[in-house]
Formats: sequence, C-alpha cells, structure tokens
Amino acid sequence: MAHSQADVLAGLAEIVNEETGIDTSSVQMDKSFVDDLDIDSISMLTIVVNAEGKFGVTIPEDEVANLKTVGDAVNFIVSAS
Amino acid sequence: MTRKIVVTGLGATTPLGGDVQSTWQALLAGKSGISTLEQDWVAKYEIPVTFAGQAAVKAKEVLSVPETKRLDPSSQFALIAAREAWADAGKPEVAPERLAVEFATGIGGVWTLLDAFDTLKEHGPRRVLPMTVPMLMPNGPAAAIGMDIAARGGVRTAVSACASSTEAIANAIIRLESGEIDIVVAGGCEAAIHPLPIAAFASMHALSRNNENPTQASRPYDTARDGFVMGEGAGALVIETEEHAKARGAKIYAYLVGGSVTSDAHHITAPDPEGTGAARAMLAALKQANASIEDVVHINAHATSTPVGDIAEYTALRRVFGEQLDKICISATKSSTGHLLGGAGAIEAIFTVLALHERVAPPTINLDNQDPAIDLDVVTSPRTLPAGDILAISNSFGFGGHNAVIAFRSAN
Repeated sequence: MAHSQADVLAGLAEIVNEETGIDTSSVQMDKSFVDDLDIDSISMLTIVVNAEGKFGVTIPEDEVANLKTVGDAVNFIVSAS
Repeated sequence: MTRKIVVTGLGATTPLGGDVQSTWQALLAGKSGISTLEQDWVAKYEIPVTFAGQAAVKAKEVLSVPETKRLDPSSQFALIAAREAWADAGKPEVAPERLAVEFATGIGGVWTLLDAFDTLKEHGPRRVLPMTVPMLMPNGPAAAIGMDIAARGGVRTAVSACASSTEAIANAIIRLESGEIDIVVAGGCEAAIHPLPIAAFASMHALSRNNENPTQASRPYDTARDGFVMGEGAGALVIETEEHAKARGAKIYAYLVGGSVTSDAHHITAPDPEGTGAARAMLAALKQANASIEDVVHINAHATSTPVGDIAEYTALRRVFGEQLDKICISATKSSTGHLLGGAGAIEAIFTVLALHERVAPPTINLDNQDPAIDLDVVTSPRTLPAGDILAISNSFGFGGHNAVIAFRSAN
C-alpha cells in the first residue's frame, strides 16, 4: 500500500520522538539525522527497524547509509511502499 | 575498616511506594504491597500464581518516553531509585573518576530478552531491536546510573540471586576502603513479574500459592507460610567516606560499618540447614564493625516466607547470637514488600538505615501464628529502638548458596 509523503513524515517523526525525545516538529524533510538531529548509529538502526514495522517496507542495510536526511528516508519509504 | 563510611542518600521505588518516604510510611503503617495480577497473560498461560508485589508507581509515569524505550524495566526502576538517592544526598560535587556505581540485579533484563524472542519468532530477525543487547545485559542498570551521574570510577554489577544487592553494598565498602573512590551509588533492582520467571519459580515450589488472599500471602515465620511472593522495584544508597561527606556538609543517615559475603558450597537452591555459611557472614560483618553481638539491637532478616528458608536463617541467627538473640528485635519486611530478588537487599538496607536513623524497627505483618520452631522476638508493630550507639544488620541469601550481610551503626 502506498503511503503519502506527509503520512510517512508524520509517522517517522513519531518514531524519532519516541526513540530520542526530539520534538516531532523538528523532524523536517531537510534535517540531517546525524548533523541536525544528533541521532547516534544505534538509534538510527532502531528507527529503521521501527519504520520497517510501521510502514511494511524493507530498508536494506546498504541503503541505510544513504539515508542522510529525513527527506531521504521519507522518499525511500514512499517509493518502497 | 580503616575508613569510616557513611550513608548520605536514599532512593527507592517499591510495591509500597514510588519513593523512600511513601515506602517507609506504608511499611510503618503495616500495609501490604501485594495484589492480584490483572494482566492478560495470567489467564492466557494459566499461570498458577496470580499475584505479586507490583511497583506502586509505574516507571513510565516518572521517566521520559525515550528512557522507557531504551531501558529495560529493571533499569528504569534503577534509574528512578538512583536519581532520588543522588538528589537526597544533595547531588554531591565529586570528581567523576572518584565516583563509582555498584548496582545489582538478580535476573537482569528478562522482559527485553523474552519480548525480543517473541519478536524474532513472530516477525523474524529484522524486527529485533538494535538496543536489545544493552537492554537485557545485567550490567545495564549500573551502566544507566553511571551515565546519568557521570561515574567514571568503575561501574559494576554483583549477580548473586537474592543476595545481589546486599553484596553490591558490601562491595561499595571495598571500593571506598581502597582510597581510590569517594562516593559509591550502590543498590539493586528487579523487574521479573513476567510469566516466565513466575512459572519457573512456581515450578520449583518456591512461590506462595495463596491466590485467594494476596495481601496475606507473604507471612514470614508464620506456621501457614507457603513460599515467597515476587516483588519488583529498586533501592539505591549513596555511600561515601565520612571525610568526604563531612567536608561537603552532607547529612548522615548512618555508618556502614561492615559487609561480608560467604558461600555455602552445599546445594544450588537449598540453604545449608546448619546455617554455617550465613553465620560466618554475620560474624565477619560484625568483626569488620569491631562490634560484639551485644551491640546488635535490630536485624532486618532475609525471611522470605518459605518453609525451609526461614528456619535455616533462624538456625544461623541462633548460631551467631546464642541467647543474646532473645534481646534483638527482628523485622521481616518482605511480609509487606514481597521479595524483590536482586533489589531486596537494597530496600532492606534502606529500611535498616532508617530504623537506626529514626530509632524505630518496622513491623512484620501477617504473623498470626508464629512457628514454634522459630523462637525470635519478631516486631509486629513499630518498635522504638534504644538511644545511644546502636547497631543493626541486614541479611540476604540467594540461590547458589550466596550469603551476604551488611552492618550499620547509628550516626545521630
């Protein structure tokens, strides 16, 4: 089932918030997970696992390294779903 | 002991209350923290024991969402207790390299481990969370506390079943005696009210089956005792050298004057019926304290409410104290709290410290018919302790033949 970009962004923001405490409003398309949101690697992996469960997609390990920004992740999930 | 060691902070979350004061007041009031389990899994798995001592305040009501997501329930309780103790001690300024943690658990992250296995079976390995290992490891609670207070002097975890947190407090003495450390945050936690540990403890006939009367199920020394009642929570004590505490003007609850650990090498679960290992631990703790048996006015007994365990401890007590035992008032506080396993020794250390500090021994509830084979002066309503310089000990014993005893002396 395809998800809209807005739905995925909102869902991802919730996952990021639960894992890190970062306010959902700070989770925006242009934000870098590492440089802007200060998310460490194990939190990033947790977010990936939870996103796979929530959106019913598979994010291959070698793809995770390419998901630099929130927008990268949202677009990948939208195209994969 | 070459250095004087003091207790300057207390923290707890228990079946009786979400902090030390509410727990202590409920204990003095003779309340029970035991209740029927309403969780779906009790009926689903036909768990034969349907009650336990659940934490009075849920951890998620205290901690942030990320903390509850990244920490096993055992670590959540640990962090709550440690933060209270640290604040109670006045958030001491101390060099991180001279601050250590000795924080125990009996079982560790059992919820995390078994939830992750369920996830693996139902959804496959991709859905197993990356934080699973740091959440389930038994040193997780100690590590979480160490990061929270920036302790860089060593963070360790004693694991000796139900003796774990008393052993952790005994270990704190060794760290402080070394001269390398000024403050230790010590204690223990448990969060094992999960269907598997309950089924397993029930399978070995260690648990009370008094499903009809949960609040009366934990009844140490009573003729109708039929096993222990599982509890959950954590206790933490800030323990420091007297020199350091006085230099910063800290309030002092009591002196920690002795701590000893022995082992039975007798049987993996059954206590040595002669009580020699337990007796050696008590005598060694008193020797460290430079105390005689006449100095002891109060004992917080291990007293789990199992038929054989209570007798074995009594035998050991009689072996150590002889006729002097008749002059010592005994509290079996697991009657109110249930048995917090790896957290039990920590909350009982807090009760022992407060008994000395407030000069009152807490009551033992549910003692309707005292076992005639256990000739102890059991406190059944709050009892005033004598003025002057007094000493109390707290006993903890664990599967594996572990015996741990700590001794406290009054400071006020």
